[in-house]
Amino acid sequence: MSQQKSQRQQQRLAKLLQYALHIVLCAFFIFPLLFMFVSAFKSDEAQLLRDMASLSAFWPSGELSLKNFSQVFERTPFARAFLNSLFTVGMTVVLGIFVNSMMAYALARFHFKGREILLSVVIALIIIPFEAVAVPLLLLANQLPWFDGTLGWLDSYQVQIIPFIANAFSVYLFYQFFIALPKDLEEAALMDGASLWRIYWSILLPLSKPVIATVAVLQFLGRWGDLLWPVMVVRGDTFATLPLAMQTFFGQFPRQWGDVMAFAAMATLPTLLVFLVFQRWFVRSAISSGIKG
Amino acid sequence: MQNDVAIPKAKPRQATKGAWAFAGPGTMLLFVFLCLPFLMAFIFSFTDQRLVSNEDLGTDFVGLRNYIRLLDDESFFAALKNNFLFVLIVAPVQSSFALLLAVLVNKALPGSKIFRTIYFMPVATTMAVVAVVWSLLYSPDAGVVNRFVGFITLGHIGPQDWLRDPALVMHAVIVLSIWQGVGFQMLVFLAGLQSIPEDLYEAASLEGASGWIQFRYITLPLLKNTTVFVVVTTTIYAFQLFTQVQIIASSGTAAPIDSFRTVVMLMVNEGFKNGKIGYASAIAVVFFVIVLALSLLQRVMIKEERAVA
Repeated sequence: MSQQKSQRQQQRLAKLLQYALHIVLCAFFIFPLLFMFVSAFKSDEAQLLRDMASLSAFWPSGELSLKNFSQVFERTPFARAFLNSLFTVGMTVVLGIFVNSMMAYALARFHFKGREILLSVVIALIIIPFEAVAVPLLLLANQLPWFDGTLGWLDSYQVQIIPFIANAFSVYLFYQFFIALPKDLEEAALMDGASLWRIYWSILLPLSKPVIATVAVLQFLGRWGDLLWPVMVVRGDTFATLPLAMQTFFGQFPRQWGDVMAFAAMATLPTLLVFLVFQRWFVRSAISSGIKG
Repeated sequence: MQNDVAIPKAKPRQATKGAWAFAGPGTMLLFVFLCLPFLMAFIFSFTDQRLVSNEDLGTDFVGLRNYIRLLDDESFFAALKNNFLFVLIVAPVQSSFALLLAVLVNKALPGSKIFRTIYFMPVATTMAVVAVVWSLLYSPDAGVVNRFVGFITLGHIGPQDWLRDPALVMHAVIVLSIWQGVGFQMLVFLAGLQSIPEDLYEAASLEGASGWIQFRYITLPLLKNTTVFVVVTTTIYAFQLFTQVQIIASSGTAAPIDSFRTVVMLMVNEGFKNGKIGYASAIAVVFFVIVLALSLLQRVMIKEERAVA
C-alpha cells in the first residue's frame, strides 16, 4: 500500500521535474522571438535599448505604435522583397514538384536505355552541396542566354529559380515512393488505353500527396532562407529576396533597431504561420530527411 | 483488347519513347546546373580563371598553383579553424541537445505536442532574421545576453562585446545556430524513438530496469543509425556555415574578419568580390572533399551496424 503511494509520489515528482525542464526550454526558444515581436512595436528607440537591461525587453511596455512598421515600408523595399521571395521560392517549389516527380516516374516505371546509370548518378549527386558548385555556377549563369536575346542571367528571377528546380534528393524521395506503390491501377489504365501522361497526371500525382508535401517543405525551407546565392547574383533591390533585403537594411546606418525588428518580425510571421498550420507536413519532412542516410 | 498478348513485349519499346519526355527536363537541369558546374569547379581550380575575363591575358592552366597558394593563405587556415571550432562544438552539443528534446517531448505528458511545436519554431524562422535579432540580443553593455550571463553567474562574468571580441564571436554564432537548428534534429530523433518497439521497454520494466538503464541499453543502441545520421548531417551543415557569419560581417561593428569568416564565406569573397574564380574553385574542391569524406564515413558506420545486426 505505502509502496504504491510512494511510487505515485515519485511519478508525480518526475512529472513536475519534466514540466520545470520544459518551462526553462520554452523560455530559451520563445524569448528571442518574443523579444523581436515586442521590440517591433516599441517606437521609442532609446526606451527599446533601455528595456534590454530588464525583463521589459520581453514585455510590450512604454510607447507602443505601428510607427516602425510604416517606416519599414517607407524606407525599405520590404514589400518588393517579400513578393520576390514568394515568387522565386513558389516557382522553384511548384516546377520542382513536376520536374522531379516526372523524372522519378520514368526511373521507377519505364524501361529505357541508361535508366540504371541515370538512377545511380542521381543518387550520387545527392552528396554534392550547393556550396561546392556555387562559384562555377556564377560564371555559367553570367554567360547563359535568355529568351529576350540578352546574355547573362545575373540580376534576374530566372537565375534564382531555374538552377534549383531539379533536385536529386527530391527525385530520390519520389522514386522511393513510386517503387513502393502497387502497379495494378496503372496497368489497368494502360490496358484501357490511357496515355503515360494521363496515368502520371490522374493516377500517380493524386496518390503522391504525402511525398509532394514533404518535397515542397524541404525545398521551401532550403530556398526561403538562402542568402548565399542572392549575395552572388543579385545587385540592386529589384530582384532581392527577403534574406538579402534583411542584410542590406541591417547594414544601413544610422541603424534604427525598432525598424530592423519590425522588418524581422514581418519577415518571420508568414513562415511561422505556415509552419503552425502545416505542422504535420513539416514533421514528416524532417522524418523523410532522416532516410537520406 | 486484341493486343492483350502483345502487351508484355510492347511495353518496353512503347515506354522508351515516352521515357525521355519524362526524364528529360530533370536530367537536363541536373546536368547543366549541378554536374557541369561541379566538373567546372575541378577544372577551374587548376586555372587562373577570372569572373570578368581579360581578353589580353586569357585563361591559363596553372597546375597546382591555386592549391599551393591555399597552403600559404592565412585567411584560409583561419577559415578552416573557424569551421572546425564550430563543428567540434555544434555537432556534439546540438545532437545531444536534440536527443534530450526528443526524449522529453516523446514522454506521454499532457502538453508535449505544444512543447514540440515551440522547440521547432526557430527552424521556421529565416536564418538571416535570426542572426539580426541575436545581434541585438548580443549588444554590448546592457544587452539581454549580457544581463542573463551576469544573472546566472551572479555577476562573476561582466558585460562582453560578443560580436566584436575575436575570442567570443564564434561562440556567439554557435549559440544562435544551435537555437535555430536544434528543432529539426529533434524531429529526426523523435521519429527514431517512435520506431523503437514499446514492448522492449515493458519487458525491461518488468525486469526492474531503471529509466537510465533502459535509455542506455535500449534507446541508445537502437538509435545508433539515427544518431550517426544526425551527427554527420550536423557536421556537413556546419561546414556550409555562411548566412549567420555573413550577416554579422555586414553589421558594420564586427570582430576582425578572420576571427569568424568561414570557408564558404571566404570562397564567396575570393570568387565573387575579388573575381578569382580559379582560386575560389580550389576552395570549393577542398570543401567538397571534406563533405564527401564525412558522407562516406557515415555510410561506412551505418553499414557496419547493419552487418552486425
